[in-house]
Amino acid sequence: MSTATNASKATKTSKASKASRTAQAAATTAAVDAPLTTVPAVDAPVAGPDTRRKVRPATFHETDVLALAGAAACSAGLTWLLFEQFAPFSGFLGWVFVGWVLFVAAYALLVSMDQEGQAVKDRVVAVVIHSIAFLLLLGLVFVIGYVLFRGIEAVRHLNFFTQDMSITQPKDPLDRGGVLHGIIGTLWMISIALVITVPLGLLTAVFLNEVRGPFPRFVRTIVEAMTALPSVIAGLFIFSTYILAFGFPKSGFAAAMALSIMMLPIVIRAADVVIRLVPGNLREASLALGAGRWRTVLFVVLPTARSGLATAIILGTARGIGETSPVLLTAGSTALVNLNPLSGPMVSLPLLAFQMFQFPFETMRARSFGAAATLLALVLGLFITARSIGGRSAGDLTARQRRHRQEQSAADVERYLARARGDWTDVPAAGAGVGALVDMLRSGARVPARPPSVSARGSRRGWGGLPGGRASADADPGAAKAHEAKEPVDGPKEQTP
Amino acid sequence: MSVPHSTVIVVGSEQGSPAACDEAGPRRDEERGSTAMTVLADGADTVTPEVPVGPDDRPRVVIQGTDDRGDTIFNRLAISSGSIVLAIMGLVGVFLTYRAVEALGVAKFAFLTTQAWEPASGEFGIAAVMFGTVLIGLTAVSFAIPLAVATALYISEYAPRRLQRTFIQLVDLMAAVPSVVYGLWGALWLEDHVTGLSRWIATYFGWFPLFAVDGADPADPLSSVTVYTASTFIAGMVVGMMITPVISSIMREAFMQAPAGEREGAFALGATTWGMIRAVVLPYGRGGIIGGTMLGLGRALGETIAVYMIISPVFTIQYHVLQTGGISVSALIALRYGESQGLALSALFAAGLALFTMTLIVNFLASMVVARSRSGAGAEA
Repeated sequence: MSTATNASKATKTSKASKASRTAQAAATTAAVDAPLTTVPAVDAPVAGPDTRRKVRPATFHETDVLALAGAAACSAGLTWLLFEQFAPFSGFLGWVFVGWVLFVAAYALLVSMDQEGQAVKDRVVAVVIHSIAFLLLLGLVFVIGYVLFRGIEAVRHLNFFTQDMSITQPKDPLDRGGVLHGIIGTLWMISIALVITVPLGLLTAVFLNEVRGPFPRFVRTIVEAMTALPSVIAGLFIFSTYILAFGFPKSGFAAAMALSIMMLPIVIRAADVVIRLVPGNLREASLALGAGRWRTVLFVVLPTARSGLATAIILGTARGIGETSPVLLTAGSTALVNLNPLSGPMVSLPLLAFQMFQFPFETMRARSFGAAATLLALVLGLFITARSIGGRSAGDLTARQRRHRQEQSAADVERYLARARGDWTDVPAAGAGVGALVDMLRSGARVPARPPSVSARGSRRGWGGLPGGRASADADPGAAKAHEAKEPVDGPKEQTP
Repeated sequence: MSVPHSTVIVVGSEQGSPAACDEAGPRRDEERGSTAMTVLADGADTVTPEVPVGPDDRPRVVIQGTDDRGDTIFNRLAISSGSIVLAIMGLVGVFLTYRAVEALGVAKFAFLTTQAWEPASGEFGIAAVMFGTVLIGLTAVSFAIPLAVATALYISEYAPRRLQRTFIQLVDLMAAVPSVVYGLWGALWLEDHVTGLSRWIATYFGWFPLFAVDGADPADPLSSVTVYTASTFIAGMVVGMMITPVISSIMREAFMQAPAGEREGAFALGATTWGMIRAVVLPYGRGGIIGGTMLGLGRALGETIAVYMIISPVFTIQYHVLQTGGISVSALIALRYGESQGLALSALFAAGLALFTMTLIVNFLASMVVARSRSGAGAEA
């Protein structure tokens, strides 16, 4: 693949220099001139057969902008007429809806004036899809913004975060009472739930990927089906076992267990997807180097998938933290701060938001929005953390990790060379095998394990200055042989990122 | 090519002493065909590692992995964690059934056909509740499908490449917003602003039974809107907002798998973007569209708090979606679990079991459809 790319590049250059030749002849020359190994450009994207290029019919005209503007003006005017002058319509949503329909209709009409049927259809669909996606985004921003905005009223009183509702009546003004008990409860519950979920979830995800046979497949099927387990059922299960059958009172611990049952399939599934993307050849390399299964998992599979796993756990946390119904059934209800999750009722932020919503007083509504806004801020924070540390697929390294790996490879080369020179007294005298290795290193100045982009950068950083370099390879027939031999080994390596 | 192969052969023929190797060499190589011939041809240049001197025909000492015990522990740990998860999931079903038996024994088959929910008098059944659950789920899905399809298509086909990741993350964020937040928004903002639309639909499409509203007066545009509040329609809208990101991300994954070659082929044949989408992307994404929708339906059926906050419960089959009143199983459980004892509680467990079974079946079918549409995706790993 990379050879093909390089060959086509070479074709271009030789075409430029020998313009009189035919393209075919140039191509033949290129094939002859092409070096035996090819080094792709630094950080060149690996162009797989299915990489999508930016292909789009070039049919965007200036008139399109005019048509859009015209349709917008037309729909705004017509909607205003409809709403203000003719019909007894009212409401913001109705305005948006009617305006949108009129806009699409006007746009279709305008485009059909200078375009054919297929093109008109294409334009109208494009406008519809763009506007619906935009509408959804707007809806999301609006929901979040609305709750945060309504929450400000309660949240701007600092006592909201430092007091509970023990001595506060529902109708008391907002400078009294708060949701401290909810915040503490939420933190307790999610911590316990994470202690249960993370080890069990990750181990199960590893189990699904590392163990073969029908059993893991069966477990995976069940877990996938359980991903959408209604959260109220999780609550009902803990309610029926821990509380009714075993006779424990409602507590934060019970709620945490209900949350764990709800979060477990989510974390397992997300982690499973991430671990499945760890390239199989990394595992095989580790096994070939003599590591056992658990070492492979601990030192190769999990570190490779680290950022994805972190994302999976944090997103599971975000889901668990906002869940109300399992907590509603299992945690009880209290207005006091309860620091002990094992005894006594405990509330969480979403539960408080829900309970306060049910009071028909404005102050409690405001507190409800305050609790929801606090919860939302927590979820947003978790989400942003998850996205900033994670979201990378397996093997996709940060600049720092790449640099680290490069330095490690350089150190390895130094080590091999030192060993081959006999610098280490405990190394046996260099036999034929070690000699061949040294020659390989000298002639190629590349270590197979290093990806091309790094090696190109690495040579700039100085470790390409190996004793001898390319010249010695040319001089020594044995080394040249070794260099040739290396190529098939090296070739496929270049494609792995 | 030659060196690795020759090494293999040397190792392969290394059965006795070096002398035996030399004698047997040519004949064995003849049998092996062309690769062996290469070895013979450049045999002079090939470096053969020295064969360790030792007693004849003794099997070489294969280093046993020192990790064997660790691997055993690891294997057991992994399998037991898988079993624990399986056991937990199994116990959920078992305990629900165990608790539900009492109520099911009392109600018998009437449990499926009774509309009322009065366990004290032995009159209870899931006919109305289940109907309400499915109705809310279907309303939610019919709102979510156009939103999800358009968003998925936008992200996979229209969005600038730089912004694609941002949009994907925004959709994911939408899935992470707690349901109580959607519930507050739906109950305190959406309800006030959507009743106008409800009234408009009821006025002009009221001849269709689903959209009819009892007690509404189409002739009087200024009539009270209270008959339109707390309806299945509004609850479905909010739940639809909640399941849109779930459906959309599954559809987007399916759409993005449409092969680049066929996309470019469609363009090369003169298709517009929409023509390409219709001819390539949508057929490839069909599994994702169907499976994603069903997965979304499964989520919608189980949604509790948002529905509870919006709807006002009724225990009859209420198919007028725009009219006040509706119910879902999960809302029923959240509503009644506190005041229930004995048989009433058992009846709630029976309702929970019914919901559990239904979502499980829907999800199971959905993940089957999605998995089939993804076949081959994981073959690389």
